[in-house]
Amino acid sequence: MSDVATDVIAIIAKKKRVEKPTVEMTDRLQDLGLESLDAVEMIFDLEEKFDIQIPYNANTNNPRTEFETVGDVVKAVEDLVAQKKS
Amino acid sequence: MTVVSRVVITGLGAITPLGHTAPAYWNNLKAGVSGLGPVTLTPANEELTQKVAAEVKGFDPLQHFAERQLSTLDRVSQFAVVAAREAIAQSGLVFDMPLSVRTAAIVGTGVGGQTTHDDSFRRVYLEKRTRVFPLTIPKLMVNAPASQVSMACGLRGPAFAVASACASATHAIGIAFHMVRAGQVECAVTGGAEACITFGTLRGWEAMRVMSPDVCRPFSKDRMGLILGEGAAMMVLEPLERAQARGAQILGEIVGFGMSADAADLTAPDQGGMVRAMRDALADAQLAPADIQYINAHGTGTAANDETETKALHEVFGPHAPRLAISSTKSMVGHALGAAGALEMVATVLAMRDGIVPPTIGYLAPDPACDLDYVPNTARALPIDAALSNSFAFGGLNAVLAVKKFS
Repeated sequence: MSDVATDVIAIIAKKKRVEKPTVEMTDRLQDLGLESLDAVEMIFDLEEKFDIQIPYNANTNNPRTEFETVGDVVKAVEDLVAQKKS
Repeated sequence: MTVVSRVVITGLGAITPLGHTAPAYWNNLKAGVSGLGPVTLTPANEELTQKVAAEVKGFDPLQHFAERQLSTLDRVSQFAVVAAREAIAQSGLVFDMPLSVRTAAIVGTGVGGQTTHDDSFRRVYLEKRTRVFPLTIPKLMVNAPASQVSMACGLRGPAFAVASACASATHAIGIAFHMVRAGQVECAVTGGAEACITFGTLRGWEAMRVMSPDVCRPFSKDRMGLILGEGAAMMVLEPLERAQARGAQILGEIVGFGMSADAADLTAPDQGGMVRAMRDALADAQLAPADIQYINAHGTGTAANDETETKALHEVFGPHAPRLAISSTKSMVGHALGAAGALEMVATVLAMRDGIVPPTIGYLAPDPACDLDYVPNTARALPIDAALSNSFAFGGLNAVLAVKKFS
């Protein structure tokens, strides 16, 4: 697992609202009980951690569907981190 | 409680992104004018992601206050005093003794003196200055607008601030209404003020991810969120007999006030809380749902509020809901948070007086989740006998006022 993946999983694990010992790449955000504000906080934590800007408007995007799984979030963050380096 | 009076409005004042007086504001609302524009008030506008707000434009404090007074008045208090003076002037009341001690000043504000807050903290954190201006604290305190209104207008009765975020002004007016109705005070000067378009506050709103980048389109398909506004609106309340005895012009009658708390999510709107506040207002007014023709909606333009408010309106009004004219004046003046409810009460009272419903501008097309009549884009002539003005705040605090045309 990449370093980014480890960090993303750690951030999502802090926000989850269900009893689950580990967070897997295949877990759906909805199943982890992330509510609307949890998602906004998750995005803030990710932006701070990786110094990236994640475009997101709570009225038009739904991170719980747009990023269906933990793996989707990892992929999006990896892409933004790669863009920043290039 | 022995005395129960009918409570009427005999003065209105407003300073808004659509004009510096209540008549100017109302003329622009009727015309469907947008008060939105580029953010100009912060010292670092270009750094903000959020480029649009509804600012009170061209406001020169020196036209209203002596230079010496301004060191004690944050922008939010300036707005409150300017609006209060206009309302009092229209009412024709003079607050000398003994009326002065029998008149309340109750002013809603969400966050108080944000300009003072921002400027002071910039000095200490960014500029590393070791001191801030001596009146920083009494300028930024949340009760400053209420205190300044009482001082500027000579009101010596009960005076305090009401803070319930986006419902502050509605709570303030509602409490003032109940106090006048119960005979606890003879008159009240009440409303709300906000001046929150500062760098720090806008950063906070950006972080919530609920702001529209350009236009506020309440209840519309493809709405993108709210636009921050500012301003103040104030009104004079007094018992009907008193107003009639002195031959005052009666602009409208407040007949009911309802409130509720969601006790659920900090920010997500709650249908149940909205429903209880509207029903409470109707019950207080002894009105049936079918008696209402117009709703000035909370209508922030966020996906969640507008859908939830629509569901709540269906639940309260049932088969009457599709016959209601509903509009969100926030489409034109943005969301002035603690002042919003007062700006909206002024719009509601004048809509009723003139029989004209202000529109919801920026409306593109129906959203299936918002299936009522939102008076899209153009004002409409409609005789209004009774109306509600809704305010539903962050923190799950809801307040609704019911008004009737005076007859």
